[in-house]
Amino acid sequence: MSRICDKSLSGLRGLLAAGEVKAAEAVEACLERIRATEPTVRALISVQAEQAMDRARALDAAGYDPDMPLWGVPVVLKDVLATKGVATTCASKILENFVPFYDATAVARLKRAGAIILAKANMDEFAMGSSTENSAFFPTTNPWDPERVPGGSSGGSGASVSAGQCFAALGTDTGGSIRLPASFCGVVGLKPTYGRVSRYGLVAYGSSLDQIGPMTRGVEDAARVLQVIAGHDPRDSTSVDRPVPDYLEALGRSDLKGLTIGLPEEYWGRGVSAEVAESCREAVALAEELGAATVPVRLRLTDFAVAAYYIIALAEASSNLARFDGVRYGRRDRDSADLLDMYVKSRTQGFGEEVKRRIVIGTYVLSAGYYDAYYRKAAQVRRLLRRDLDAAFEGCDLIAGPVCPTTAFRLGHKVDDPLAMYLMDIFTISANLAGLPGLSLPVGLGTESGLPVGLQLMGPAFGEDLLLSAARVLEEAIAPLPAPSGLA
Amino acid sequence: MKIGPEEVARIAALARLEIDPAKVGQFAEQFNDILDYMDKLSEVDTEGVEPMYGPVEHATVLRCDRTARDCSRDEVLSNAPENDGRFFIVPRIV
Repeated sequence: MSRICDKSLSGLRGLLAAGEVKAAEAVEACLERIRATEPTVRALISVQAEQAMDRARALDAAGYDPDMPLWGVPVVLKDVLATKGVATTCASKILENFVPFYDATAVARLKRAGAIILAKANMDEFAMGSSTENSAFFPTTNPWDPERVPGGSSGGSGASVSAGQCFAALGTDTGGSIRLPASFCGVVGLKPTYGRVSRYGLVAYGSSLDQIGPMTRGVEDAARVLQVIAGHDPRDSTSVDRPVPDYLEALGRSDLKGLTIGLPEEYWGRGVSAEVAESCREAVALAEELGAATVPVRLRLTDFAVAAYYIIALAEASSNLARFDGVRYGRRDRDSADLLDMYVKSRTQGFGEEVKRRIVIGTYVLSAGYYDAYYRKAAQVRRLLRRDLDAAFEGCDLIAGPVCPTTAFRLGHKVDDPLAMYLMDIFTISANLAGLPGLSLPVGLGTESGLPVGLQLMGPAFGEDLLLSAARVLEEAIAPLPAPSGLA
Repeated sequence: MKIGPEEVARIAALARLEIDPAKVGQFAEQFNDILDYMDKLSEVDTEGVEPMYGPVEHATVLRCDRTARDCSRDEVLSNAPENDGRFFIVPRIV
């Protein structure tokens, strides 16, 4: 039974289509794997075992449907995505009992495509963090080493996919929250172009930065999931009305001839650990062997990107999280004498420390007298950074560099130093500020730590087809990672 | 230190939050570290640069002014900490 869980999504699809595996068997296999691995990994906030089995039996009874591209495929959702009738907590006490009466558009699209919702994944509270240690419920561990973090904020999604609990997960990425855990857990993670996937039903953190994307065990799997969730949605005015290419067809490429890969000096220099640099350089050398040309590019504002990012993200967070006031949903303090007291107590008791820290800083940078110095200034730097990236893409098709300066760090290692934690995002945030797509591809195990290393490929806006096709060629040339070492 | 514990408490109050008095000192220190880091931006010349508030600009989309019943009152009230079947109930205001 557990053999099923070692398949890729694409592999499972073949078995389901041929009738060799029933949807119910796929769900049972996942539930069994969850029972076996969850005591260590703790990737999931809730498991919808009964609903998933009911849905699988209904699909089996109706028979395989070739028009449903994810027919019978068990998937996991980051618990920041509204799921009809299922608690959607954002890993926060303030939303512990929140049960949406509607599906996020990405979730509705998965369901229409025949996917089976299996569980809701752990995360940093309200997606604020880079290690999943900020979950109000429990930390998730890395399937490669239970003493290490899975990365964040979509750490539950990354760990779940890595541990074989599901065939794909949705994560969300505001500053690297899909790519970082993908890198730390040794899976593929894709943050699409801003506007490619509807954010309707995604509980907002930084509205101008957030995107939903797939986390999978292979590039083709990511293409299949993106195909389903991408596209315009009238319910999200920032979702872009632009045709969705056929991502599977784009995977046809057999080499990288004619492609130019830009290597930003700023991503390959100081601060990057030796083992990460080594694995990533080997992957780039392989890309050259496969026909790609490489050119140096400059992203001079990289050092300023983290500062601009945190000003913008925290400012947006302080506005977005104002809605949690104990009136319409979420936790309410019952002993408050008046309305103001009720707001303050409900929020103070409901939010965790990092969330409060970010709201307070965001409130400060937006407050009278500081708005121009911080928020407006950051938005100007953002424009310059986008121009730098646009200029770089005039000389290359893709940009490559490490996802993160290091491999997965130890639990508890950075919890008390928020600034050190923020700097984990240095290579991933530019894609969010500029709205460009980025993909994390596992390229090997670090020679020192034995932990997965991710190579980041960034593309021009709406260049997901190019990103996926190049990543697929590299993936086929690189020796696949073994099974995660932490799951004996 | 640019911002002291009292200032942190004042800003927190603007955001309808209270910071644990035992932790407000450490919080202020972290706050200042982060603000110092953010101050790096003053090194970037942004004279005359139009701010970029999001990757999709001019996203104000108009639609036909038609009503539709997307959800019921019961659904909207279903997560309310307190309601009377018609309205959200909050502590007495006046």
